[in-house]
Amino acid sequence: MVDSKQQWKAWLYLLPALILLAVFTVYPIINTVRISILEGYKPLAAIGGERYPLGIGNFTKVISYKGFTTCLTNTLLLCVLTVPISCFLALLVSVCLNSINRLGKVLQTIYFLPYVTNTIAIGMVFAMMFNIVGLKQVNVAEYLSTGGQYTIYNIYTDVNGEKWGFVAQSWGIINNLLQLFGINPVNWINSGGNINGGSSTYVANIAVMVVYIVWNALPFKILILLGGLQSVNKQYYDAAKIDGTSRVRTFWRITVPLLSPMLAYVIITGFIGGFKEYSSIVGIFGEGMGPSGNGSLQTIVGYIYDALKTDSYGTASAASLILFGIILIVTLINLYVSSKKVHY
Amino acid sequence: MKVVLKNLTKIFQSRNGNGKEVIAVNNFDFEIPDGKLIGLLGPSGCGKSTTLFMISGLLKQSSGQIFFGDDDVTNLPAEKRGVGLVFQNYALYPHMTVKQNIMFPLQNQKMPKAEIMQRVVEAAKLVQIDELLDRKPSELSGGQQQRVAIARALVKSPNVLLLDEPLSNLDARLRLQTREEIRRIQRDTNVTTIFVTHDQEEAMSISDLIVVMKLGVVQQIDEPQKVYDNPVNLFVAKFLGTPPINVFRGKIENKTLYIGDEKIMKFDHDDQEVYVGIRPEGFIVNDKGVLSTKFVSREVMGRDSSVVSKSDASETPIIRSIVDSDKVINPDENGMVHFDIKPNKIFVFNRETEERLLSGVNTKNAEEAPVAETPVEETVTTEEIPEVVDASEAPVEAPKKTTTKKTTTKKTVAKKTTKNAEEEK
Repeated sequence: MVDSKQQWKAWLYLLPALILLAVFTVYPIINTVRISILEGYKPLAAIGGERYPLGIGNFTKVISYKGFTTCLTNTLLLCVLTVPISCFLALLVSVCLNSINRLGKVLQTIYFLPYVTNTIAIGMVFAMMFNIVGLKQVNVAEYLSTGGQYTIYNIYTDVNGEKWGFVAQSWGIINNLLQLFGINPVNWINSGGNINGGSSTYVANIAVMVVYIVWNALPFKILILLGGLQSVNKQYYDAAKIDGTSRVRTFWRITVPLLSPMLAYVIITGFIGGFKEYSSIVGIFGEGMGPSGNGSLQTIVGYIYDALKTDSYGTASAASLILFGIILIVTLINLYVSSKKVHY
Repeated sequence: MKVVLKNLTKIFQSRNGNGKEVIAVNNFDFEIPDGKLIGLLGPSGCGKSTTLFMISGLLKQSSGQIFFGDDDVTNLPAEKRGVGLVFQNYALYPHMTVKQNIMFPLQNQKMPKAEIMQRVVEAAKLVQIDELLDRKPSELSGGQQQRVAIARALVKSPNVLLLDEPLSNLDARLRLQTREEIRRIQRDTNVTTIFVTHDQEEAMSISDLIVVMKLGVVQQIDEPQKVYDNPVNLFVAKFLGTPPINVFRGKIENKTLYIGDEKIMKFDHDDQEVYVGIRPEGFIVNDKGVLSTKFVSREVMGRDSSVVSKSDASETPIIRSIVDSDKVINPDENGMVHFDIKPNKIFVFNRETEERLLSGVNTKNAEEAPVAETPVEETVTTEEIPEVVDASEAPVEAPKKTTTKKTTTKKTVAKKTTKNAEEEK
């Protein structure tokens, strides 16, 4: 312990960090709570000295907003889909990485690259990969005779009696791959065109998001799990080997329990990150938060940003607190479950 | 089950690829008798753990063979050898209870549940932890964890029980108690047990046989007392015994052994420079003694006390001799104390090879009796050598040629003895 007469020194050293925390973390949190319970708050007018009545109007406004259900569903859906998939894949990859000797370091670096790359930039790359660009007009008879096998859309007959139609012309690598296996290109993210009767489907959109979020979330999880694996005493495995334990049993009975603190950490932070999903969707679909900006993939954080843009500070604050409440509850559930399953 | 090691060798390739090889275990050749407790003893890096892990199958040998009984297990993977291994830090699975830990090996064998429980309880009773079955390893003391680890190794009725530094993680008090426990468990189960230790006291106190190793080469294999009484070389002599043996520079001239300029005793061997090792308990304080050293201090240890002194001829910085607590030490006017030496506590080693020299083993005196029959007393009763043996002193056991391993560094003794034996015929 520091001598009590010397304590002011300790406080002095802590001061810079404390000031920054107070200004940029503590004050905004308190202010968010304050604004959320002021009715009809307008920032500029507030500076002018206007007073606002207390009330829960902001909260009722957020909850009764019909788009808010979409935000909630999207956020929950992405969480529930991506967290288990990414955790399982990360576990698999880290166990594999841990068991190879050569190239281990190189692969580790490669797997870690997404973590240091800009989310929006990766989003744009993914958008290109999943792209489907336009349609190609084909003469139906000619196309079929040359062995064309993709669905021909919008077939019409011209004045000469020839049949014409449109075939999806994909330039994205994913659709190219699908074509390689003879699968019809899927309109993943673009809403335009007349493919499959019009715009891309919600399922396709979510699928793209899941792939993207999982891929983006892997590096951090692999890093944590690999660190955990490397700190596991090798003698546990030697002991298991001496006793003739099968690989599968060793994995489930020894590796996973010994790794459980890291797994719990990765799952909890995964859920927290999932509930804050926003920039990844902007990266792929733009600020419209959906194909052709229809907002069908809007999330809670997206809703908060939109509210801020329209000067609705009250609803933004209320939505933030609702999101905080949801994350708090989910984390408490996580902690409760892990207290039963995690072996520290 | 007896364990036979045939020319067992382990070579590690250097990591930085400079092609250097490290021979961790060199030509280990030994038959471990059934139901015995064997201690592999040596300083760090002498290859004792490597040997243990090769027997367990966790490490693959570079060459040589391993047999369990008559079965060649050389190429059998660890899980098929049926060995029980207790790790240095026990390697108990921290997330499992004691019971789950002990039953883990049996569950791997898909044994019926009732039998598993019965054997778990049996093993737990054997090591006296049956009260602790539902605890987690973290809730146990070091000694209890040790017992759990032994129970886990024993529960599958192993052919061989291997213990890697079993006592090194225990405090001094528990160590004494646990080593007795290991001895008892070994006697109860009668399973061939091999344990590794760097602590000579530990090895000597409980082993039936000890194997002294140095830099991958087996130095001596024998019963603990015999190794202590008859070290084959300077290394073994220095390694066994606390306080350690005192080493002096000396010489043999005209069949007489000198330390510095002092005549110590008659020693029938070629003239040469030698090292002389004297066990601390080999000194007898005598004002007219043959060896004089400069008195430094006296350390009281209760039962006996040790006299600390110095000598120019000493290899070790101080000389430590153990005397009775009630013995009065009177250094002379020059501050010197004088000792007689018990002949069975003095060992002579060639200066270069550090191999043991035995009186009477001399290429020039081939007609003399071979080593095994040469009683040491004979040499010290010659007239010009002062009387050093008390009448009460127990007769010295004649040094015997035991199961010493011949290695390249030991040519002198080995060759001379064989030559002697041949000439005798």
